[in-house]
Amino acid sequence: MADRRLKTGSDFTWRDMEVGNVITDAGNAELRRTGDWRSQRPITDREKCNKCGLCWLYCPDAAIKPLDDGYYRSDLFYCKGCGICARACPKSAITMVEEEEK
Amino acid sequence: MSKRLGLEASFAASEAARMADVDVIAAYPITPQTHVPERLAEMVADGELNAAYIPVESEHSAMSVCLGAAAAGARTFTATAGPGLEYMHNVLYVAPSMRLPVIMVVVNRALSAPLSIWGDHSDVMAVRDTGWIQVFCQNNQEAFDMTLWAFRVGEDPKVLFPVMVHFDGFHLSHVTEPVILPEQEEVDSFLPPFHYPFALDPDKPMTHGAFGPPDIYSEAKIAQEIAFRKSRDVILKGFTEFADIFGRHYHPVEPYRAEGAKTLLLTMGSFGETARIAIDAKRDRGEPVGLVNLRLWRPFPFQELRRELKNCETLIIFDRCISFGGPGGAVCSEIRSALYGESKRPKVVSFIGGLGGRDMSVEDFEYVIDRGKKIAEEGSEELFATVGIRGEVTGIRG
Repeated sequence: MADRRLKTGSDFTWRDMEVGNVITDAGNAELRRTGDWRSQRPITDREKCNKCGLCWLYCPDAAIKPLDDGYYRSDLFYCKGCGICARACPKSAITMVEEEEK
Repeated sequence: MSKRLGLEASFAASEAARMADVDVIAAYPITPQTHVPERLAEMVADGELNAAYIPVESEHSAMSVCLGAAAAGARTFTATAGPGLEYMHNVLYVAPSMRLPVIMVVVNRALSAPLSIWGDHSDVMAVRDTGWIQVFCQNNQEAFDMTLWAFRVGEDPKVLFPVMVHFDGFHLSHVTEPVILPEQEEVDSFLPPFHYPFALDPDKPMTHGAFGPPDIYSEAKIAQEIAFRKSRDVILKGFTEFADIFGRHYHPVEPYRAEGAKTLLLTMGSFGETARIAIDAKRDRGEPVGLVNLRLWRPFPFQELRRELKNCETLIIFDRCISFGGPGGAVCSEIRSALYGESKRPKVVSFIGGLGGRDMSVEDFEYVIDRGKKIAEEGSEELFATVGIRGEVTGIRG
């Protein structure tokens, strides 16, 4: 994934636009930082989590990744903080925390 | 052998779509465009045309279907008029910015209120800046010719822009005139098959119609604008190729008896044919007047207009639309602006008439020329003059 990057930035001019703004490089949405739209971030309490994976299943933007130890973690580069994972969690293990609260 | 048939402009344009062998038609019927989708639906039902005819519940959906069809690589056609064109307004912008060459006949109709099903150019001017290539027809033969030409130009891999073919509601759409239909082989030699380079393909996934945040939108729009202006080369080439095969010559700006004319009248659309008779009568009486037909509305033909117009003394521009509270007719204000930088330029007089199906006679055009010359000589406080309005018109001041 290291060589993939979004075609934006100061070196990208109007001449570099593909005809009709078509994006021929499929599946690059995760490269765009949409995490900075977020006003609340999901925090998982591992004491309560039973690794059922419903958060991963319900996330509308595939921002939740399975970890090697069976738990799940939100990709905060991409997660917009919608809170659906917290609502879907049957164990109430996910809490939405205001971004300004550290 | 080509055939000479009596056809309405609506049927002539439908024949052009049939001979272009369109793949997908999605249209919603609206007066005075109705005969176009009606005839095409009949052709599909009778097996004369192998196309998907998709009935839709609105013009907004008609254009949306056309976008999808063109993105899949289909040769795509639709038609609408007046309020239908406005109802698809926000979808209209999507076709050129996604470079989807949908071909659309627009049977020009006035806009409400009061409700009018009759012709003028209010609908055109409201979609002026949508980024479509736009051409006008003066008669039914041109309705056939321009529709066929639209496929050739819009689908060219160097262009890939949608095209609107405008012809006047009722004055052309419902009037039968002789139209020459070419042989299918001639059409096939003019119009190659459509190959859309970014056709949707499950084996080659890509994104069409992504969002454009502030860090990319401006670049996207400038790229679109520059590509659109470049389409001019293929537009001209399309006219030349059309003349080579079919023998009829078209140009972005078409002068008629304009040699040495001190006064030029400029019209757009079917009224040019009536205005010609007025020009003939005046020329025969020795008056140095001529006519200019504006065929290509977008991209705006600056060079051709300057070449044809800058040497006359008085230029009278006839518009069939009011730009409320604006500088006069839309065609007039654009041409006046195009001439502003010329060291030698004519006095420009804006005339508005022919609204909502109001007819313009030969005598009306003679009046427009005479009155226009007088306004140019004496000046006027009014931003535009009118013809055919009952009651003295004053109070149109800047």
